[in-house]
Amino acid sequence: MQFFGSKRKKLILAGDQRVASYPHSLQFYLQPPSENISLIEFETLAIDRLKLLKIVENLGVSYVKGSEQYQSKLEIEIRRLKFSYRESSDDEFEARRRDHISHFILRLAYCQSEDLRRWLIQQEMDLFRFRFSILPPDTVQGFLKDSHLQFETISKEEKALHSQDILDSSMPLGGNKYELEAVYKVPFADALDLFRGRKVYLERGFAFVPHQDIVSIILNDFRAKLSKALALTARSLPSVQSDERLQPLLNHLSHSYVGQDYNTQGNMGKISLDQLDSLAMKSFPLCMRQLHKALREHHHLRHGGRMQYGLFLKGIGLTLEQALQFWKLEFIKGKVDTDKFDKGYAYNIRHSYGKEGKRTDYTPFSCMKIILTNPPSQGDYHGCPFRHSDPELLKQRLQSSKVSQTGINQILDYVKGTHYQLACQKFFDLTHNIEDGMFSLNHPNQYFLESQKLLSGGREVRKEPSQPEVPQAKQSVQKTSNSTSSPPASLDSTLEMDMEGLEGYFSE
Amino acid sequence: MEAFDPNELPELLKLYYRRLFPFSQYYRWLNYGGVVKNYFQHREFSFTLKDDIYIRYQSFNNQSEMEKEIQKLNPHKIDIGAVYSHRPIQHNTVKLGAFQAQEKELVFDIDMTDYDDVRRCCSSADICSKCWTLMTMAIHIIDRALKEDFGFKHRLWVYSGRRGVHCWVCDETVRKLSSAVRSGIVEYLSLVKGGEEMRKKVHLSTKVHPFIRKSINIVEKYFEEYALVGQDIFENKETWDKILTLVPESIHAELQQGFQKCHNSVQRWEHLKRTVSTNRAVKNEKFGPWVEWEIMLHYCFPRLDINVSKGINHLLKSPFSVHPKTGRISVPINLQKVDQFDPFIVPTISQICHELDMVSTNEDDGDKENEAEPDTKRHTRDYKKTSLAPYVKSFEQFLEELDKSRKGELLRKSDAQRDF
Repeated sequence: MQFFGSKRKKLILAGDQRVASYPHSLQFYLQPPSENISLIEFETLAIDRLKLLKIVENLGVSYVKGSEQYQSKLEIEIRRLKFSYRESSDDEFEARRRDHISHFILRLAYCQSEDLRRWLIQQEMDLFRFRFSILPPDTVQGFLKDSHLQFETISKEEKALHSQDILDSSMPLGGNKYELEAVYKVPFADALDLFRGRKVYLERGFAFVPHQDIVSIILNDFRAKLSKALALTARSLPSVQSDERLQPLLNHLSHSYVGQDYNTQGNMGKISLDQLDSLAMKSFPLCMRQLHKALREHHHLRHGGRMQYGLFLKGIGLTLEQALQFWKLEFIKGKVDTDKFDKGYAYNIRHSYGKEGKRTDYTPFSCMKIILTNPPSQGDYHGCPFRHSDPELLKQRLQSSKVSQTGINQILDYVKGTHYQLACQKFFDLTHNIEDGMFSLNHPNQYFLESQKLLSGGREVRKEPSQPEVPQAKQSVQKTSNSTSSPPASLDSTLEMDMEGLEGYFSE
Repeated sequence: MEAFDPNELPELLKLYYRRLFPFSQYYRWLNYGGVVKNYFQHREFSFTLKDDIYIRYQSFNNQSEMEKEIQKLNPHKIDIGAVYSHRPIQHNTVKLGAFQAQEKELVFDIDMTDYDDVRRCCSSADICSKCWTLMTMAIHIIDRALKEDFGFKHRLWVYSGRRGVHCWVCDETVRKLSSAVRSGIVEYLSLVKGGEEMRKKVHLSTKVHPFIRKSINIVEKYFEEYALVGQDIFENKETWDKILTLVPESIHAELQQGFQKCHNSVQRWEHLKRTVSTNRAVKNEKFGPWVEWEIMLHYCFPRLDINVSKGINHLLKSPFSVHPKTGRISVPINLQKVDQFDPFIVPTISQICHELDMVSTNEDDGDKENEAEPDTKRHTRDYKKTSLAPYVKSFEQFLEELDKSRKGELLRKSDAQRDF
């Protein structure tokens, strides 16, 4: 692991040094590991870390983060995978070492695209938040000190002076917590997640942060450092990838975050254009049904819709020639003539197939991307129907898809809890007549593949023999709103912005 | 006063850029003391020419190059963009993706059209002295927060030339803020949320953040005269029914009854406050002073355009640019005299050009001693002979403050170095 050219350390460390290398159960991962490890260990560590992060993701979707169930389940899983989780008197060196090394391996595997980085940052932040939350109060200060995170506390007098303002700005501080706990004074920009929602008192450029909210400052810093580090890692990646022992492994790792990126490959050309209408009714997620229907009705889609739908179609196997034909036939029914289509739109389609410009072969959008980025505005039909529709409208759409009242309520409950992907998955389950939980949905193309598997009998249907789609799905197409999406529960909008910032690093 | 005729704009612009535009102060502003190398040279300007021809990515090596170019093109409108990683004029020559916006002032754009659902006097691009109070309140509320909450020192407020105001926050640290933090600041400053589909746009809770409390204090100073008397928002059943959608339904009947008996908006407002407070005393946690605060904020609180503030590369109309429709100069607003600022006495380009003509004719008749002076020197003072003068003066005061901060910063740095 000396990809980063840092100094090599002695392999076996004596007891004191062992403690010194990892003083805490959580860390900022500022120094890359520098020991030699075997390829087998490299792989095992990476896979274990990946398992852990997948668990973090799934728990975050199923439970309210920070709730008792979430905390206890996460703790059990971390322990099972032998990663460090709790400060204790036991020698945790090995667990912390595993944590350290595996984190850096995943950085290598997950620095390559925006989606991967976004996913890794989100899961690592949740993991960090969990570990910080179970840190015993008396070790918090020590951890902050060791991480070079020192915050200025305000004096008793200043605290008394501002008590009303601080109490009016912050989450409720129970009992006499305010008297007991420290209040820190940090530059306002470090408290972005707090001040943007007016959850902290600001004065003259400083945020007055009660101790209970300090985690948000620390996470802000953690995220900033990890984003930057991933950007730098991506730049030095070519040299790592030239090692033919690592390259396949890293690729494999990054593909397993959801399985795959759903970029065509195997199924290219297996679909004919006249199948599309019936496939749309049977196997498209709501978002794609909505786009398909809008396209058929208006003979046009705006750019956001063309991207989201076009790449989805590419993912299910439309060839470039088919795509050109499909869009052209539809557009020329509307206001666009052949000439204008060839000049204006054909280029973009070839571009998305990697035949123009930078020649990037674009991959279909994941639910996360659809939910978090580029929200639809006037005239747009893209986005996630569960995220971007008026609840009333969504309800009507679901009704017209013949989803039962109970089903609709369940879906709307998920939506209310911002669990858009779960809502979509529920929609899948209900319209395919299966019981829940056969897979964890995070990509519209995954929805399509799973649906096709079920419909073609490739997969065992639990309830009743595949009567898949059930008539309802057909009508469902009538309504425009559907989709598949739903990123894990937490819609961390600052994460989104963070990624925007990241683009800067990459384009330099 | 000379009325502005858009057909004369091209001729007027020639004179304006040749003799009146305050180039030296303008350059002094955007050069920021020359502290950062190539800061001015990497700044994007963009021009709108005749027939809406729009040219982006203009940049200049120095003041005289900028002057010459502007005097050559006579742009109908000038916009200022970001400071880039390379000279904007050469943006096509650098590697794809390498050309990046790096810094810009934090800007705010407040536009009267966004208040159309709460003003009764005018709509869309029209303004009058009645609704201008909305801008006055906006400046007080936003400026207070920028100064007291965020600690920003250098805030330049500018009349847009037609129906709104802009703010340029120029502190060194602020120019470096990421777009995430910029949008965080706009979120902090926004209370009115939702589109056409949302009736009630302000929601307060029992805990009132100091920012909101201080904003309400400002609104309170204007509310009666502006909203109750000027806009007469409770004038008749139709208008007060609109307000009732903002208050809990359980008191609608009582309010309706009382409103009928009252004679004007002031009385009806008093009745509403009384009703809310008596109901509050009874029990219901849904009642509180925030019921009336929500109404006040709904009608008076500033509405910001987040997209203008968020993007580092977003362009905004430059101070001292001319508004092509009204002919008014986009002039700085003196923060000490916000309440006295009147958009209708802001000079138009016709007016100041005419004033200059008058003076020049007189001078030509009289003493000839000025002739010895170089042309350029004389021109730098020409604006002083027109009603543009006080606005340039308040711009200069703003620049002084910037200079002072810079000197303070340099001193601090050199002190730190001599730290023995």
